[in-house]
Amino acid sequence: MRIAIRNGRVIDPASGHDAIADLFIADGRIAAIGAEPPGFKADRTIDAHGLIVAPGLVDLCARMREPGAEGALKVEMRAALAGGVTGVVCPPDTDPPLDEPGLVRMLRQRSREAAGARLYPLGALTAGLAGEALAEIETLHEVGCVAFMHTRALPHDNSVLLQAMRYAKTFDLPLWLRPVEDTLAGSGVAAAGPVAGRLGLPSVPVAAETVALHTVFELQRAAGNPRVHLARLSSAAGVELVRRAKRDGLPVTADVGIHHVHLIDVDIGYFDSNYRLDPPLRSQRDRDAIVAGLADGTIDAICSDHTPVGEDDKLLPFGEAAPGATALETLLPLVLKWAGRAKVPLVRALGKVTSDAARVLGEPTGRLAIGAKADIVMFDPSVPWRVVPEALVSDGKDTPFAGHELEGRARFTLVGGEVRFERR
Amino acid sequence: MIALDAEAIYRAFAQRVRETVAGRDVRLVGVHTGGVWLAERLKEELKIQHPVGVLDISFYRDDFGRSGLNPSVKPSSIAFDVDGADILLIDDVLYTGRTVRAAMNELFDYGRPARIDLAVLVDRGGRELPIAASVVGRTIEVPADVSVVLARDDAGKLGLTLEQRPEKKQGA
Amino acid sequence: MRNPQLNSNGELHHLLTIEGLPRAIIERILTTADSFINVASREVKNVPLLRGTAVFNLFFEHSTRTRTTFEIAARRLSADVFNLDITRSSTSKGESLLDTINNLTAMQADMFVVRHATSGAPYLIAQHVAPHIHVINAGDGRHAHPTQGLLDMYTIRHYKREFANLRVAIVGDILHSRVARSDIHALTTLGVPEVRAVGPLTLLPSGLEEMGVRVCTRLEEGIKDADVIIMLRLQNERMRGALLPSAQEFFRNYGLTPDKLRLAKPDAIVMHPGPMNRGVEIDSHVADGAQSVILPQVTFGIAVRMAVLSIAASSQRMQ
Repeated sequence: MRIAIRNGRVIDPASGHDAIADLFIADGRIAAIGAEPPGFKADRTIDAHGLIVAPGLVDLCARMREPGAEGALKVEMRAALAGGVTGVVCPPDTDPPLDEPGLVRMLRQRSREAAGARLYPLGALTAGLAGEALAEIETLHEVGCVAFMHTRALPHDNSVLLQAMRYAKTFDLPLWLRPVEDTLAGSGVAAAGPVAGRLGLPSVPVAAETVALHTVFELQRAAGNPRVHLARLSSAAGVELVRRAKRDGLPVTADVGIHHVHLIDVDIGYFDSNYRLDPPLRSQRDRDAIVAGLADGTIDAICSDHTPVGEDDKLLPFGEAAPGATALETLLPLVLKWAGRAKVPLVRALGKVTSDAARVLGEPTGRLAIGAKADIVMFDPSVPWRVVPEALVSDGKDTPFAGHELEGRARFTLVGGEVRFERR
Repeated sequence: MIALDAEAIYRAFAQRVRETVAGRDVRLVGVHTGGVWLAERLKEELKIQHPVGVLDISFYRDDFGRSGLNPSVKPSSIAFDVDGADILLIDDVLYTGRTVRAAMNELFDYGRPARIDLAVLVDRGGRELPIAASVVGRTIEVPADVSVVLARDDAGKLGLTLEQRPEKKQGA
Repeated sequence: MRNPQLNSNGELHHLLTIEGLPRAIIERILTTADSFINVASREVKNVPLLRGTAVFNLFFEHSTRTRTTFEIAARRLSADVFNLDITRSSTSKGESLLDTINNLTAMQADMFVVRHATSGAPYLIAQHVAPHIHVINAGDGRHAHPTQGLLDMYTIRHYKREFANLRVAIVGDILHSRVARSDIHALTTLGVPEVRAVGPLTLLPSGLEEMGVRVCTRLEEGIKDADVIIMLRLQNERMRGALLPSAQEFFRNYGLTPDKLRLAKPDAIVMHPGPMNRGVEIDSHVADGAQSVILPQVTFGIAVRMAVLSIAASSQRMQ
């Protein structure tokens, strides 16, 4: 199908393009930006006046709930499209965990059938995510896993982590790690500080993140410098350690969850379990450091960390509630909100969820280039809308922004040149 | 606002009390706050030895479900043994009779009196319960939307005022 | 954020924590408790105030003492009292916290007195009950034990009259103590100029200075010239891992003995929320000594709880 998108403000962070232009799609790829190709007959023309035309968002972490909940992937993929997300990286903490090639193949098949966003599965680094024995990561890579992750915290046993790094380095496979030292994190449910002190909540000290980061960097050096991606930074001290590691030349990238760009511990208020997140929300100082880390490139990308949690698991006392928030549909407006507040030009801000995220992933996506696959989002950057949990497409209704008014919403989402989402 | 001569009414009231308690070993119990003022004065003038009992009936009112708890509850205090006592219960204004009902209920939670007589400075009619006073300073008739309030100035002088209320208030 | 304890008229509808309670409400509770102390000294210790009110004691965490005092308080107000001991295991058998609440509401409950092991549980309940129902927090995790805080304040007011010039020391496992947190909020709201938290670093939470508290890691420094010493129970069941080497070492350094007590003011009072661990945080001579007001605290506790129940029950619906 040939599509002409006219009069939109075309923003491509990878090339720095930010201007009103037309964009032409043919055979699932971007045929031209700007001048119409000679003889181009559009099957469909979309008037993008007032809209921004950007690469579809690449979300470095969104849980699709499969394997685990039958039929859930379709729903979450629709949520992704509604959020303008065309590429989703799903972590291996599924049920069962993604440590078997058969599961990965099946997941990719389901994803193709769902015809939603592109799926980039992360394989489990260790068998069963138990942190003891390596998973068959080379085979998993063959069947489509883009990287390998240990979720929730670092593997408990440092020697396992060191060997995993060496093995991954052998095949030049990246490791994604949660920089959390689990004995220091303990049974903490909130960030250590005055808020947890007042509310009487078991807390997670900053040292749980910094000690983990030190461990990762030392073992990286010992293992011959495999590529490591640090998933979900939360503290000022953590951001500074990553900054130094990058300066020292370690092959390290890092991301932050969108909620940690906006919210802090005080927002927990009266034990609102919609603010129960992992990592926990930290102080104003930490949030400021995260915003600074995004500005100077220490933090490469922002992800949604989309975690649909059922009502039964959220309507519990704070410490007992499952952590996480639904975020595929709020990612875009929250990125725009951060860009506005921090005075970051859109062409750079959007990079954190497109080209920079794609760079971390190592995949040729997240950009509007001639010949590139036409994964595109067209959104109205200023349309106000109220976050009504029941109206969200995702099965997860758990969001700290419930009832809030946000600005910015996807109108059209195209994957491979096909309009897969359209908002009336 | 109309003012009645409270002191004059009090003089008549005190005289009638004197007659009623003659020859009796009576205990004075005042209902907060006006009844307590009256009881204290009477104790002085009639030279009654026993300490005045004080009842704050907040915990015995029948309107808790509607009006909630009195924002400033004061402790009740009965220093004598109520069992077998001859009691003169004193209040400032007798209206529906509910305050007296509550006061009697509270007294009975202290013990079983031999006798209770009721003495009020002003009876304004409007009874909703079968309650009667043995001693009345003055009987007056006021509309339901007017309240009758006893006050005491710093010098101890009593004053009665009638005030128009916007809506009917549950009376004493 | 609207205080979830107050209705739209600013009246106390639930009692969840002392933090954020207007001073006027705290003072009203203490003043009303005076009247209930009086009631307790009569032969008939009941008043008809809460007749017809159904009070459900929901104890998700076992406690005979607290439950009994709430039961006595409710019965003295002539309320109908129903006790439910819901241990963890029966909840984990499937019925969620909110399901339990909904079932009890259907049984015409007017008031829930809730004790729970997880901080914040009473807030969740208060958010989801029908507007006419009152929730009283009898202790949630480490967060708050507001009626204990209030009865501690009543005790201090009884012996010391004014809060304005006091030095109050709270000693022991403050990290895990909901009593400590409630006491701290009450003391600072009532204007106590110096509140000290005393204990080893492992038992002190972060954020104490932000709460207006001076931190002391040595007992001698902490109770010097104190007017009030509140000793906390060393909670074996709440400690995990390497916080303290032994009860004996704790007693050596933080136990209140007659010798150490001499460092405080000569008329200092010694308080303890109970139950006491004699020889661990407090020496028997002090617990039974002239400066101890530990037993009166219990009597005051019943009156204070009667005040809390009546004042909460008296508010109009939650709006």
